[in-house]
Amino acid sequence: MQDRLKELQQEALNKIQQASDLKELNDVRVSYLGKKGPITEVLKGMGKLSAEERPKMGALVNEVRDEISAAIEQKQQVLEAEAVEKQLAGETIDVTLPGRPVSKGNHHPLTRIIEEIEDLFIGMGYTIAEGPEVEKDYYNFEALNLPKGHPARDMQDSFYITEEILLRTHTSPMQARTMEKNEGKGPVRIICPGKVYRRDNDDATHSHQFMQIEGLVVDENIRMSDLKGTLDVFAKKMFGEDREIRLRPSFFPFTEPSVEMDISCKICSGKGCSVCKGTGWIEILGAGMVHPNVLEMAGYDSKKYTGFAFGMGPERIAMLKYGVDDIRHYYTNDVRFLKQFHIHE
Amino acid sequence: MFVSYKWLQDYVDLSGITANELAEKITKSGIEVEGVDVLNEGMKGLVIGHVLEREQHPNADKLNKCLVDVGDEEPVQIICGAPNVDKGQKVVVAKVGAVLPGNFKIKKAKLRGEESNGMICSLQELGVESKLVAKEFSEGIFVFPNEVTVGEDALAVLNRDDQVLELGLTPNRSDCLSMLGVAYEVAAILGREVKLPQPEVATSNEKASDYIEVKVEASEDNPLYVAKVIKNVKIAPSPVWMQTRLMAAGIRPHNNVVDITNYILIEYGQPLHAFDYDRLGSKEILVRRAQAREEMVTLDDAKRVLSEDHLVITNGQEPVALAGVMGGANSEVQSDTTTVLLESAYFKGATVRKASKDHGLRSEASTRFEKGVDPDRVRAAAERAAELLALYANGEVLEGSVEVDTLTVEPAVVSITLEKINRVLGTNITTDEVKSIFNRLQFEVSVESDEVTVTVPTRRGDITIEEDLIEEVARIYGYDNLPMTLPIGASTPGALSEYQKKRRVIRRYLEGAGLYQAVTYSLTSEAKATQYAIEKREPIRLAMPMSEDRSMLRLSIVPQLLEVLKYNVARQMDSVAVYETGTVFLSTNQDELPEEREHLAAAITGLWHLHPWQGEKKTVDFFVLKGILEEMFATLGLTNLVEYKQASIDGMHPGRTAEVYLAGQNIGFIGQVHPTVQKDLDLKETYVFEISLKALLETETAPLQYEAIPRYPSITRDIALVVSKEIVSGELKGIIVEAGGDLLKEVSVFDLYEGERMEAGKKSIAFSLRYYNPEKTLTDEEVTKAHDKVLKAVEEKTGAVLRG
Repeated sequence: MQDRLKELQQEALNKIQQASDLKELNDVRVSYLGKKGPITEVLKGMGKLSAEERPKMGALVNEVRDEISAAIEQKQQVLEAEAVEKQLAGETIDVTLPGRPVSKGNHHPLTRIIEEIEDLFIGMGYTIAEGPEVEKDYYNFEALNLPKGHPARDMQDSFYITEEILLRTHTSPMQARTMEKNEGKGPVRIICPGKVYRRDNDDATHSHQFMQIEGLVVDENIRMSDLKGTLDVFAKKMFGEDREIRLRPSFFPFTEPSVEMDISCKICSGKGCSVCKGTGWIEILGAGMVHPNVLEMAGYDSKKYTGFAFGMGPERIAMLKYGVDDIRHYYTNDVRFLKQFHIHE
Repeated sequence: MFVSYKWLQDYVDLSGITANELAEKITKSGIEVEGVDVLNEGMKGLVIGHVLEREQHPNADKLNKCLVDVGDEEPVQIICGAPNVDKGQKVVVAKVGAVLPGNFKIKKAKLRGEESNGMICSLQELGVESKLVAKEFSEGIFVFPNEVTVGEDALAVLNRDDQVLELGLTPNRSDCLSMLGVAYEVAAILGREVKLPQPEVATSNEKASDYIEVKVEASEDNPLYVAKVIKNVKIAPSPVWMQTRLMAAGIRPHNNVVDITNYILIEYGQPLHAFDYDRLGSKEILVRRAQAREEMVTLDDAKRVLSEDHLVITNGQEPVALAGVMGGANSEVQSDTTTVLLESAYFKGATVRKASKDHGLRSEASTRFEKGVDPDRVRAAAERAAELLALYANGEVLEGSVEVDTLTVEPAVVSITLEKINRVLGTNITTDEVKSIFNRLQFEVSVESDEVTVTVPTRRGDITIEEDLIEEVARIYGYDNLPMTLPIGASTPGALSEYQKKRRVIRRYLEGAGLYQAVTYSLTSEAKATQYAIEKREPIRLAMPMSEDRSMLRLSIVPQLLEVLKYNVARQMDSVAVYETGTVFLSTNQDELPEEREHLAAAITGLWHLHPWQGEKKTVDFFVLKGILEEMFATLGLTNLVEYKQASIDGMHPGRTAEVYLAGQNIGFIGQVHPTVQKDLDLKETYVFEISLKALLETETAPLQYEAIPRYPSITRDIALVVSKEIVSGELKGIIVEAGGDLLKEVSVFDLYEGERMEAGKKSIAFSLRYYNPEKTLTDEEVTKAHDKVLKAVEEKTGAVLRG
C-alpha cells in the first residue's frame, strides 16, 4: 500500500511537471486528488489495516496529498505567470501614437495681463473697483479737473451719446466715484481695470476701444516717493527684477505733479535699440499726485489728504511682454493668436 | 514744436552740450523730446555754384546745358532738368563725388550725349519736405536770394548743419511754443543765463497814430491790441538764414514781410498779422464780434460765413481778418505792398478756438492764441518785428504804436511751506535748494522762515497753486533723486469681491471646458445691436459715430461672437469655440446712464472632439454646449435652480432653442443659430448661449456643507417609459423626482428611442433611478413602495406606460 502511494505520488509529480497549461494541470488535480482518484481508492483499502497501522498510513496519505497539492500550486503559479506574460506580449501598443486630445481653451492675453496686475496689487492691499463704461461727463472730465472748454479735452476726442453722457475715455472716473463713495475718508487703495473708448481710427497702434488699468491710493501722508516705490515694485514684478524705472515730468489735468514712467529696455539693457527707439527706455504708464481739485471735488480735505494715481494700457504691456505688433490682434480674436497664450511660463 | 539747436544758441549758451545731450536733459526734466533730426544726415560735397551760361540741351527739350562756377579752377558743365535754372543764379551744386540723402552718389554722367559733372539741387533733394519749400522753388531748383560766396559749403549756408529737436508739448507747457520759452526752460535745466533780443528800432518823424485809429468793441475777447505802421517796405525774399530757420521750425517761407511775422511767432510765441495798409480801405481798425451770417473771404480765398461767436478785425465796415485765425484776402500783403499795418494782439483763447473749430482752420497762430499767449510779450514782439522789417524789408517804422489796452496782468503769487514740499515729495530738500531752483527758472522768490513765496512770470500761466510749485521743484531737483518708499498708515485687506472671484472661476471653468476667451467691441451696427438681445430695449446710438458699423452700443454679445466664428472659419479654422464676458447696455431714460449688465456668451461650431486614429469624432450639437452650461451651474451650486424651456427666438433654430431660467427668472438662452443666419455667415451648424452673468453670479447659494459619505449600499431601478412625443424628459424627470420622495437620490436619462418600432407619435425614454437611505440599508420593500409611487405618478400625469 505504501509502495502504491509512493508510486502514485511519483506518477502525479511527473504529470504535473509535464502539464503545459492550466487546463492540463487541473486535469492532474482532478485525477489524483479528486473523489474518484487513485489516492481516494487507496484510502478505501485502509479499513483492512490494523488499528496501529491505520494512523501511520493516514499520515502518509496526507503527506502524499500535500506534496501533490504543493506541486500543483507551484506549477500553477508558473503557468499563470506564463499565461499573463503571453497575454501582455499580445497587448503591446505604439506608445508614440498621439493621446486623446483634451479640449481646453485659455484666457485672452489682455485678461491675462489684467489679472496678473490685479493680483500683484491685491497683494499690496488694493481692491478691484469696476465702474460703468458709459459715463457722465461730470465723472469722466469735470470731477477730474477737466472743466468744459478745457484745452486738454482736445487730447481725448470722445464718443458722446448726449451732451452729458459719453463712453468713458479712461478708467479714471472710478477715482472720483470711489472717493465720493468713501465720503472724504481714507484710506483708499484701488485698481480699476476696464474698457475705454476714444474716437480713433483702428490701425496697428490705435483702437477705438481698448483697456486701461487705473490705480489710486488716497490717505493722510501719501508721498510722491510712495508712488515711485510702488511703481518700482510693479515694474520689477511685471517685467523682471533687473528692470530700472525712470520718472519723467508730464501733464495730466487730474494729477499734479504728473509723471510718465519708463522702464529700462530689456532687449538692449538700456544701451539703445529699435524697440526703445535708441533711448534705452520704454514708456509704460502715466502717474502723479492726485490734483487737489480732484480731492476736493470728491469731498476730501486736500490739506489733510494726499494721494497718487497711475494708469496704464494692458494692450501696450502685452505688446511689450509678448512682442505683439498690432493692437487689432486683441480684438480680431483669431484663434491662432488666442491659442498662443495657453502657456504659463 | 521744432527747436533748431543753432537758433536756440542766440538765447542760451549751449557750449559743451550736444543736441542729443540737450534732448536727454529736456526729456528728463519736463518736456519729452520725441526726436532729434540731423538735417545734413548722409549728405556731403555740396557747394554754392554760379550759373555762368545756360543753353538748351541740343538733344532734349526739357534739359538745360549749364556752365557752372563751383569755385574750382575751371567751371564745369552740368545738365539740369529744372525749368527755373538760369544764367546768373547762385545755386546749390552737388559736385561729382557728392552724396545726397538715401546714399545717392553723384557721378560723372552723359545725358543725351552731353557730359554732366554734378547736379544742381532742389531743396527737396537736400531732404527738405516739399511743404516747407517756398512756392517759387517748389517745382525746381533753389536759388539763393542774396550775395553768397561761390564754392562755399552750401549746407552750412542753408543751415543744414543744424539739428532740430522735436518737443512733444503737453497742454500745460504752451510756454514752450516759442524759442524764448524753450530758452527759459533750457537755461533753468542747465543753470545758465537767458539772453533776450533787444530790439533797436530807428523811427521816422511820422507817427503811427496819424495813420491809424484802433477801436475795440469786444474788449473781453480782445483786451490788448497793438498796431504799428511801417512805410516804404520792399517786398522781397527774406534772408537765407531766416528762411532756413523757418523751415527748421516747420514753416514755409513766402516773402520778407510774411516771414518776419512768422519768425516772431516762433521766436516770441506771439502771432502777428501784417495788413497791406493801402488795401485796408480806411484809416481805422475796429475789433468786434461778427454779425450773424456776415461774410468774408480769407487768405486762402475761401468764403467764410460768420456768426456772432466769431471775432473779426474790420476796417470800420467790413472784416479784414478773422481774429487770431486768418487774415482777409482783401487786405493781404502782396508784391506791390509798400505800407504795412502790423497787428500784435491778445485774443481770448476760447474765442479763437471757437472760430478755428467752426471754420476748420487750425494754424500755428490759432494754436498759440487758444493756449494763451504771454500778455507781456505782445508789445515786445511788435517792436522786434518792426526792427526786422526795417532791417530786412527796407521798412521805415513810424513812431509809436496805436494801442487799446484793457488787459490787467497780475503775475500769480503762490506760497508754500518747505514742510509741504517735503511731505508731498517724501524728500529732505533744503530752503536753499528750493530758492536756487526758482532762481534758475527765473521766478522771483522770497523765503520767510518756512514759507517760500514765488512770483510767477506771466509766460508760465500754468503755475497757479502750491502743487504746481511742488512740480517745478521736483522736476528741476530731478525725479531720479526722489527716494523710493511704500505707503505707510492703516493697512487695507486686498481681495477680489465675491463677484470677481466667481467670475474668475467661471472663466477658468469655460477655458478648461475647451472655450477660448474672446474680447470684442461694444460698438456695433444697428442690426447687430439688438439681435439676440435677452431683454429688448431701444439700442443706444452715439451722437457722432465714426461709422455705421460702430454706431450703437450692443445689447448682446452673440452677434459679435458669430463674427469671430465667421472670421476664423473663413481662415480654414473650421472648429472654433469661444466665450466672452462683457457688458451690454440697456437704455433707460435719456438723461440717465444706461443700465449696464455683464453677460456671458459662448459660440461653438465645427468638431467638438477629433481623435481620428481611434475613430473618435464628435461634431458640436446642442447637448455639447448644454453640457458645458450645466456643469457651470453645478460649479456654482445652482443645478437645482435651473430650468430649460423650449423657446422660439429670432435668429435661432425654432426647434433647437431653449430659454434658461434661474430661480424662475429668464436669464438667457441656448440653442442652434438659425440655418439661414448660419448660411449668411458661411457657418456650419453653430450653437450659442448668452446669459446674464450678473444674474448668475448674484444668485444666492447655500454655503458649502459637507455631506456624509454613503455608508450603506444604494439600489438602482431602471424604467423605460413610453410617452407621446410632446412630453419632454425634463417634465418626466420633474414628476419622478417629486414622486420619488426622500429616498430617491438621483434620476438620469440613459436611453431615448424614437425609432420604427414605436407606435406613431410615441417615444421611449429610459431613466435610471437610484434610491438610498443614509440611515440604514434599504430593503426591497421600501424601494418598491417608493418606486411604485413614481410609476403611478408618471402614468397619471403623462399617460406613460412601462415599455415591455
